[in-house]
Amino acid sequence: MNTGDARNPKLGVQAATKIYHTASGDLLALDRCSLDVSANEIVSIVGPSGCGKTTLLWSMSGLHGLTSGEIRLDGIKITGPHPDIGIVFQEANLLPWRNLDANIRFPFEIKGEKPDRAWIAHLLNRVGLDGFGGKFPRELSGGMQQRAAIVRALALKPSVLLMDEPFGALDSFTREEMNRLVEEIWLDTKTTIVFITHSIEEAIFLSDRVVVLSARPGRVAKEYRVPFARPRSLEIMATKEVFDLTNRIKMDIVGERTRPKALERPSAEIVRIRP
Amino acid sequence: MSGGDAIPEFSKSKSGDGHEVSLTNLSAFASGPGIKSGKEVAAILAVAVIIIGGIELALRLFHVPLYIMPPPSSIAYALFDEFPLIAPHLGYTLVELVSGFTIGAIIGLVLAAVITQFPFAEKIVAPYILLLVTTPMLALVPLLILRFGFGYTPRIIAVALAAGPMVMINAATGFRRVDSAKIALARSYGASTLQIFWKIRAPMALPMILVGLMIGAIFGLLTAVGAEMVGGGFGLGNRLTTYSSMIQMPQFFAVVLILSTLGILIYVLFFLIGKKWASWEA
Repeated sequence: MNTGDARNPKLGVQAATKIYHTASGDLLALDRCSLDVSANEIVSIVGPSGCGKTTLLWSMSGLHGLTSGEIRLDGIKITGPHPDIGIVFQEANLLPWRNLDANIRFPFEIKGEKPDRAWIAHLLNRVGLDGFGGKFPRELSGGMQQRAAIVRALALKPSVLLMDEPFGALDSFTREEMNRLVEEIWLDTKTTIVFITHSIEEAIFLSDRVVVLSARPGRVAKEYRVPFARPRSLEIMATKEVFDLTNRIKMDIVGERTRPKALERPSAEIVRIRP
Repeated sequence: MSGGDAIPEFSKSKSGDGHEVSLTNLSAFASGPGIKSGKEVAAILAVAVIIIGGIELALRLFHVPLYIMPPPSSIAYALFDEFPLIAPHLGYTLVELVSGFTIGAIIGLVLAAVITQFPFAEKIVAPYILLLVTTPMLALVPLLILRFGFGYTPRIIAVALAAGPMVMINAATGFRRVDSAKIALARSYGASTLQIFWKIRAPMALPMILVGLMIGAIFGLLTAVGAEMVGGGFGLGNRLTTYSSMIQMPQFFAVVLILSTLGILIYVLFFLIGKKWASWEA
């Protein structure tokens, strides 16, 4: 596995701090969170609910600014949305008034570029959506919608793919299928992937590295390497190593949850804001 | 760009919040005059025949005088017989409706699109818009006639004043339906504010805009006819007052029939537009 050069990461998060100014006061979502992602690496970020995972991802995408700290892509500071970064959002986030073809064309329309038809056809074939181009999102299952969203994100050939709990709304079988699809796509494109998830199993199956964030304010609490070779089979998920790793990560997160009440309270608040 | 961002938030319910009021929901279109099968059409026609035939029979049986309620057959006869005389008035009413509605709808749409971009301005303007929506613009017609005479002008102004706020208040509801995830999607590709408006906000608002246009057009029709009844020598409203003053009840009801057809045509027009362009929501 290419672990890259530690001093020149593909995506480098340096002491990222984010404070939201809300009506009920300031909210420290990220606190000096630092994390490096090497080229061609798949890194999953897990953590208790409301620990700032999505905030971190949105900051990486340039959609959010940071209160302090910085995020660098290939050594260059990110100040806004970057053409080299693709995002797959929670719940496909397709535009319901456009059919699949038009949804996938959307990024090209915004950029005023001609869509790379051959590449899109290849991607559609890869995710098994051949012949569905004329369908509207509501006519497709959740899994198919998310496949289309992945095609849309990859259509511009980003070198980094940020995935924000992309399969959270799917049933567990579809989810496993999608996980294998992500791995296949990675084997195909070697795109650097940052993957946010609630599912530790998903994180282990997909990742070279699992990063555990602490409860809010989010900070990197632990990191685990996942040493299995690719392509991974579902069988490795039944091995003792995976079982032990799953439990250790679970304990990290549950341990976070059972911290003193005084630290717990703000966490409960953010649950209300973002269920 | 730091500091002022909203917390990334994803509503678990499907996008939009157009589910509250049935009046402002496109499903009102879906449950509309969708003709389903030949059998249903036959049943609808049969009911019409029974009702119209029953009225005809009852009116003749009880010798109801013509000036109280003319039988359907005489209304139908009047409609065909007098149509060449009524047709120009239909034309005048349509001119008032179409021009007044177009002016009102354009102003309403532009105001809605602009005002929803500035929440503070929107809060200030909202009560005045509500005042415009709830005040029957017919009340202004005598004043408008004093100022502009008996021609088209006061009527077109009244129609625009009636339709515009209706379009605006509904379109504003549509433009206010911000889906932060979809806007974030567009921004992640570097979309400009204008692109976000045309590619995200406008299509998302379209179903509500169509509802507003439909309600606005029907209010416009009401106001046009009402204004014609207040004063001036032409238009379908003027025909209504003329025929009733001459106790020509079959002709009077023929005009009423034309007006209801006009209303239904407006409804069907927007129903079809909604089906073509906003069916993703219904």
